[in-house]
Amino acid sequence: MDGHHAVRHAAHPNRRRMLIGSGLALAGLAAATPLALAALPENGPAGRAAPDGPMRFDEVYRGRRIQGWTEPVAHHGPGGGEHHRSGGHGHDRHGGGARVLVDGRDLHLMRNADGSWISVVNHYQTYDDLRALARGAVDALDGAALIPLA
Amino acid sequence: MRRNQATLTDAEKQDFVEAVLALKRRGRYDRFVRTHQEFVMGDTDDGPRVAHRGPSFLPWHRRFLLDFEEELRGIDDAVELPYWDWTVDQDPEAAPWTEDFLGGTGRAADGQVTTGPFARGGGRWRISVRVDSRDFLRRSLGAGGVRLPTRAELDSVLALSSYDQSPWHSRADGFRNQLEGWRGVNLHNRVHQWVDGHMATGASPNDPVFWLHHCFIDKLWADWQRLHPGSGYLPRRPTRDVVSLEEPMRPWGDVTPADMLDHTRFYAYDTDEEEGEGAGAETETGAEGDPGA
Repeated sequence: MDGHHAVRHAAHPNRRRMLIGSGLALAGLAAATPLALAALPENGPAGRAAPDGPMRFDEVYRGRRIQGWTEPVAHHGPGGGEHHRSGGHGHDRHGGGARVLVDGRDLHLMRNADGSWISVVNHYQTYDDLRALARGAVDALDGAALIPLA
Repeated sequence: MRRNQATLTDAEKQDFVEAVLALKRRGRYDRFVRTHQEFVMGDTDDGPRVAHRGPSFLPWHRRFLLDFEEELRGIDDAVELPYWDWTVDQDPEAAPWTEDFLGGTGRAADGQVTTGPFARGGGRWRISVRVDSRDFLRRSLGAGGVRLPTRAELDSVLALSSYDQSPWHSRADGFRNQLEGWRGVNLHNRVHQWVDGHMATGASPNDPVFWLHHCFIDKLWADWQRLHPGSGYLPRRPTRDVVSLEEPMRPWGDVTPADMLDHTRFYAYDTDEEEGEGAGAETETGAEGDPGA
């Protein structure tokens, strides 16, 4: 796992710039143009198609690939179909259609009534922005792999 | 009698720790972690909510703690939950973070707790209900600049006279939501963040301090009731997505918020007698306790 050597609690913004490039060779590219990385092959587990809603971000942060979308998966997503929106026991069940992946694995997230977000690894802290939530999760994970949610 | 953890004797701390470790060893502890995690992930602002971000946050956790305490007492009937008054005991090097009690903060490299009975190296505390690959207890007490709430902040929340208000979720005004911490000075949520590690996740009961934190939250509900005898649980009538006064709460199905309003049916707090005659005597009978639940 690329993030294993990352330092704990390196949350401040310059940190990202420093660590990018120490991870994937592609990282510099990602920092410059997120879209370029999006066109690259998935580095997550095989068979996990990306959601097809508008992408919010796709970048490497502290050596981990984080991706986020805000639209619901209408079809051919893992476990796809309408129940994504209506309470099936899925990863994005409460994301209001949003989805975040860390190295290709779903991070359970939830939207609060005021529009802020929380994730299962930072469940008592709200983030105004999905990307900030994803980066917060990478900080909290400190190199550990997410376990796929049932 | 549920007591302030700062007043426990060494033997009482040890009895509590041993009972918790025994529950873990018997495989019964992790059911509590799993239940909490499921509710954390299932309770939403725009859907049904029971354990968090709604009015039944307090009665749900009261019943949850009672279940846990009953399990502890099945192992050692002298054990009761202690509470951690985080407005007073704010030193990350002092109780409850001592070697003979909950152990200290995590080490810098990976947040791993390496001291006390719950350190992974001791072989008695492996994290099995988890969202990532790490199986050791983690903490970073006070990391990231989070400060524990002050007594003044707490008093400002206890002063709120309305239990809860529409829309009954994380944007609501009133005592429940400010105590929970989604609005206002932020009490309960902030303490989870201050401990960090597992306490910052949906699987927060992996850290035994969860019970001491929530025991204090539970006591604050009792304190609030005494400060506002004319205020009660709300909503009283069935309301979409939340548990009203006399509706059953999941997962029990036969427990309502109304059943949970009077803690003296089940236990006393060490400060109860300061408040008048009735409460202590009532507890002695234990008649309405429900150990079979």
